[in-house]
This record gives sequence, structure tokens and C-alpha cells, in this order.
Amino acid sequence: MEVLKIATAGSVDDGKSTLIGRLLYDTKSLTDDKLEAIERTSRKNGYDYLDFSLATDGLVAEREQGITIDVAHIYFSTATKSYIIADTPGHVEYTRNMVTGASTSQAAIILIDARKGVIEQTNRHFFINNLLRIKDVIVAINKMDLVDFSEARYNQIKSDFEELMGKRDYRDQNITFIPVSALKGDNVVNRSEKMPWYKGQTLLEHLEAVDRKDIYNIGTPRFPVQYVIRPKTDEFHDFRGFAGKVYGGELSVGDEVVVLPSMTRSRIKDIYFYDKKYRTATRRTSVTITLEDEINVSRGDMLVKAGDLPTIDKQFTATISWMDGQKLTVGSKYVLQHGVNKVLAKVDTIHHKIYPDYSGIEEGVASLGMNDIAQVTFRLNKPIFYDSFKNHRTNGSFILIDSNSNHTAGVGFIN
Amino acid sequence: MATAINGSADLDILTRNPLENEAIYIFREVAAQFEKPVLLFSGGKDSITLVRLAQKAFYPSKIPFPLMHIDTGHNFPETIAFRDKLVKELGVELIVRKVQDTIDEGKVIEETGKYASRNMLQTTTLLDAIEEFKFDACIGGARRDEEKARAKERIFSVRDDFGQWDEKNQRPELFDMLNGQIELGQNVRVFPISNWTELDVWSYIQKENIEIPSIYFAHDRNIFLRDGMIWSAEDDVVFRAEDEEVRVESVRFRTVGDMSCTAAVLSRADTIDKVVAEIRDSKISERGARIDDKRSDAAMEKRKQQGYF
Ligand SMILES: Nc1nc2c(ncn2[C@@H]2O[C@H](COP(=O)(O)OP(=O)(O)OP(=O)(O)O)[C@@H](O)[C@H]2O)c(=O)[nH]1
Ligand SMILES: [Mg+2]
Repeated sequence: MEVLKIATAGSVDDGKSTLIGRLLYDTKSLTDDKLEAIERTSRKNGYDYLDFSLATDGLVAEREQGITIDVAHIYFSTATKSYIIADTPGHVEYTRNMVTGASTSQAAIILIDARKGVIEQTNRHFFINNLLRIKDVIVAINKMDLVDFSEARYNQIKSDFEELMGKRDYRDQNITFIPVSALKGDNVVNRSEKMPWYKGQTLLEHLEAVDRKDIYNIGTPRFPVQYVIRPKTDEFHDFRGFAGKVYGGELSVGDEVVVLPSMTRSRIKDIYFYDKKYRTATRRTSVTITLEDEINVSRGDMLVKAGDLPTIDKQFTATISWMDGQKLTVGSKYVLQHGVNKVLAKVDTIHHKIYPDYSGIEEGVASLGMNDIAQVTFRLNKPIFYDSFKNHRTNGSFILIDSNSNHTAGVGFIN
Repeated sequence: MATAINGSADLDILTRNPLENEAIYIFREVAAQFEKPVLLFSGGKDSITLVRLAQKAFYPSKIPFPLMHIDTGHNFPETIAFRDKLVKELGVELIVRKVQDTIDEGKVIEETGKYASRNMLQTTTLLDAIEEFKFDACIGGARRDEEKARAKERIFSVRDDFGQWDEKNQRPELFDMLNGQIELGQNVRVFPISNWTELDVWSYIQKENIEIPSIYFAHDRNIFLRDGMIWSAEDDVVFRAEDEEVRVESVRFRTVGDMSCTAAVLSRADTIDKVVAEIRDSKISERGARIDDKRSDAAMEKRKQQGYF
């Protein structure tokens, strides 16, 4: 079954959790016991309506404060698709969680409170979704019930947002506007009777129709080796299998490959998935590959097709989203994890900070703090084999690990 | 267990299961990033599914880490027999650590009364075992769809020396990249089937023809009713008051945790196809039959903070 991963974004209280709860409720995905729990707590809190955010705000602190702190993953399915929705926090302080939610998503829903319209957070969320090159963005203009379901208000917000779209870098993004009331259920799953002027699809109708143009499909196969399988049993005495996931394109038996970084050439002998052999491994399958020649391959190495090499370099520039309380400064060192490969990286230059609300850039900064986005050049102790993020989502991204705290301190998108 | 290699075929993208490929990727990351991983095996359908995925990840090698069962002593007899048979077939090591021993050593006190359960106590046994064997990664079958605190879990979830979950300070997980770097004394809980739903697991068991213990299928059982739930009146594990009447019903179990906190559901589904059909139409969540979650709205979060799986 098709799986569609969606991230939500929006400022505090715009109604993300409520919208997801409403989607679950109207698609009858909430089981009786979960629904009862929501009814009970809503009553206890003195509401005369069902507080659907209770379906997703799973931490005590979240329910106490009525806000989302950490990403929750919510699952539901229809006859055509399985959905995984990341409910992300709206608070500016948790922008990093939004980046996280968006990194694994194929579509995003940006919520706007119809009373407030396009605000700074909207700019920021749009910027991030554009930076991450999310293919489908749905702008859900929520709380339409609080603006009398006004078409004029909707059009105003839409045109404000369209102005923002003029500033985007990644142009090939599908953007759809839908006026909704998450609380009352208008245009979420069921068509609104209060907004006859809106002729487009409901949110669910739109999601059902999203052609999951696979964001990973760009035709350049990359095979980072995760693990070497050497059974040393009688039956598989000389077996040396390279386990990993195929990214970007297909690999087939007989393909001439180059092993990086040694640049040794060989051909693919067999492709295994469990105990069966296959002729072709399509992208995002976790397979085990054997080669014609006995060559030394270990974790972190990469198999690519001959004639289709990535860039091999010890220095590169990337857009960084910083996620740690400890500042990133020029000269500081990190463990850089690029796929399954780890190297040491030193910050060479911070070129400029980028304000994700599209208010411009700042040059001459000495350090980056939590939630900052910037252009940074790194120098590495060993070369890595990369593509630009624009051309290769997995081979063009990396994380930075602080070797004192071991925290994932930042994420980068290679230019 | 040698398996014959079948002939060539194209790995068809349309039938590719993204969840299965993701889980295999996670297993391989565990084997590569950690020195002493262990797979926590409860004998339930989720851990049986994990075992199959681990087999796929490392074929033709054996699963490169042991299985560990934290035995509450309140098991369905069927699951123990099943466990032993499976381990033998796989040729992997099985470690068993018993909650009874933890009780006998005086480290925890057995709960008493109507709702007595060993479910909480097993956390201490688990943490002791992690320390004893110096495990740095514990692989479990928890899924995000099970419970709303679990919906917040990472795939690699770091625990401190006391096994505690710092839920408000979790590492971001970006793209496919899993950061397993930890300090000495810390360990990581790994959840390869995080993104699976209950129905995904059942459909997988069906498609792969995976053998599971018989209690998952409808069978006649002596039961009694309490709080609108169905309890097994066999094996004396669940406390039953005099006035709670025993009768026979056709039931099955949706989860097989500690017997003392796992209720049954009325069912006639005695084959995997019927079970899948039943789950698809179910109006009650899987954990709706777990009394331990009903203790409070935050029961799971609290248990997790203390080191529970
Ligand atoms: N009137 C009205 N109220 C709404 C609507 N959607 C959400 N709300 C209310 O807005 C408040 C915030 O909703 P949440 O769903 O918690 O907002 P959120 O975007 O998840 O907030 P954070 O997670 O903290 O960023 C709640 O009181 C909701 O009941 C709507 O369509 N109409
Ligand atoms: Mg929320």
C-alpha cells in the first residue's frame, strides 16, 4: 500500500493538533476507547466540544499547557493510502522539530489562523518547507468559523501568501489553498456547507489525490554500505555481501560499479533480498549486494555506477539548520554523519545567516545559535562522496554530532 | 537453517513494502553502530515480527545478537513453548531473566489486590539485565500507533544510566540518519517497527506466513468479566473474586503482555485471514485491552520515564 508522509506546520494554537484529530475522527480512525478518553478529558476541562488535540498531544506537559512540544507521529489509512502525519510544535523555540518532521515528509500542511493571517511564523515555515524541497504544500486557512467563513478574508490571506511565494528558491513546489475549520470539521474530510464559494477539494480529497511523485527519484543510484555480511558457514563459505539501501535509482546484476573511496571497479554479481536473488534493486530497497571481484569494502564505503560519480571532496559549503543549545562557532569541530559514513568536520567559514522569515541575510556573524540557518563551509579530515541536496536528497544531506554531548546538533543541505 | 536460493526475479517496486525496508535498514544500523545489542523478545506478535525482519536483514548470516526475555512468570504457557522452539530454529542465544528473582532478592515488592500485576516490576529486572550484560542497544517491538506517549518516541531513543527517558530533550532524527553515539553507561532503545500500525503487523504476518502462538487465534477459554473486560480464569494468574463468575467463551488475545494485565476479546477469528479482517474493522484499539494503560492518562509516559519499554 502507498504510504504518504505529511508534516504539519503553523504557529502556536493555529490548530495543527486539532486538525489531525479531526482527520482521524472524520475518517473514523479513532477507536471507541480513544474517543471515550477524549470525551472524558474534554468534559473534565469544561469544554462543550471535543478537544481533538488530545488525540495527539501525548505528553503530560503538553496536555497541561495545551501545546505540542515534541513531534508525534499519527497513523491512519483510507481505502487508497496509508498516512503518517507528523504533528509538529508551533512554538518558535521548537523550529528544529519542524525541520525534523519535514525531513522525512513528502507533503506539508501549513496552517494559518484566519484571524491572524500570514505572520512571521508562516514565512519561516514556508521557507523551511521550501528549503527541504517538499513537493506538495497545502496552505490550510483555519478557524474560518471565527471569521464568518468570509471569502474576502480567505482571498486576502491567499494573496498575502502568494506574495511570499514570489521569494521562494525552489519553484517546482505545488501549492494548494484550502479554507477549513478544524474544530467544526469544514473542508477537512467533509465539504463545508458554510463556504459554498469554495469550489476546490477538501483536505482529505486533496491528500488522496496527491500523486506521490517520489521525492527520492532522480535516477542516480547511490549505495552506501551499511554492514558487511560474512556468514562463514559451509554453505556460504566465501560469501561477502554488502548490505545497504539503494537510493536515487536502480542497480542491476551486471552493472559496472565503482567502490568509493578506493575507486576500485567491479560488477554486481548478485542482489539478495532475504533468501531470494533479484535482477534489479529498485530505489529504497534494503538489499545485499555481492561483487564479481574480491575487493575490500567496508561500512561507509559507497557503490556507484561507473560513469556516474558523485563529488569527492574534503571541503564543501552547505545550508545549515542549527539545533543545539551550544553555539556553532568558526573553528569548532563536529562528527559529520553523511548517510552512514562518519568523518570529522571543522567549521571553516560562516558566510552569512539567513533569516527564514525572508527578511534577509546577516553577514559577519561569528556563531550560530539554536534555530539559526546559515551558509557554512566545512573542512573534513577525509573526503566524502556527495551530491548537492538539490539533486540528491539523501546523498546531499548530513547531520552534525557534538562529540561532547553526542547530540545531533544540526543538519545540513549541501549546495 | 539453510534455505534454498530461488531463481531470479525482478524486485518489483509496486510490491515493495516501505515499512519492511525501513526496518531492515534500522536493524543493520544497530548491528553496525553498537557493540552489544540485544533483541527483547516477549513472545508476542511484534517481537516475532522483529525476529523475521532481523533474519531478513542479515541473511545468510545468523542474527548477530542474542534474544532476551524478561520473564514475568505470568506467561501464557503457549508463548514459552513457542519461544523455545523459535530460538532453536534460529540458532541464536536466548537469555532469560526472571521477575521472580528480582522479587526474591527483595529489590521490588509484589503488588497485591485485585489489579496486581508484574508489568511494572519487570522494569527493574530489565535494567538489571542491561547492566549485567552491558547491553548498549535494546531492540523492541513498540510501535508509535499503540499509545500517545509512544507516538513521541524516536527510532533510536537514548536512555541514561538509570534507564530513564528524557522525553522533552530527544535527539532530532533527520532523513534516514540514525545517531547512535552514546556515553558509557547509557543505552539506546531501538524501535524498528515504530512506523507500523497493528494492521501492518498482522498483514505482514499473513503475507509472510509467520507462525505465531495459538492464543492469538480464537479458542474456547474459561473467562470472567470485570470492568467490562474479559479475563482469563485459567492458570490462577489473574486474581478473581468469589463473585466473579467463570464461564466459557470463544476468545482471542490481541496482545500478549503479562497475563495479569492482558484482557481477551470475544472472537471467532481462528485463522490469520479472519484475524486480519477482524482487526481491520475493529472499533477498539489494541491497548484498549491493557489494564495497565487505564491506570491513568499518563500511565505509559510515567512507566517509560522509569525505564519501561
Ligand atoms: N474556533 C476554532 N477554534 C479552533 C480551530 N482549530 C483549532 N482551534 C482551537 O485552537 C486552540 C489551539 O489548537 P491546537 O490544535 O492545540 O493548536 P496547535 O497548532 O496544535 O498548537 P501547538 O501545537 O501548540 O503549536 C484550541 O483551543 C482549539 O480548540 C477552528 O477551526 N476553529
Ligand atoms: Mg499541537
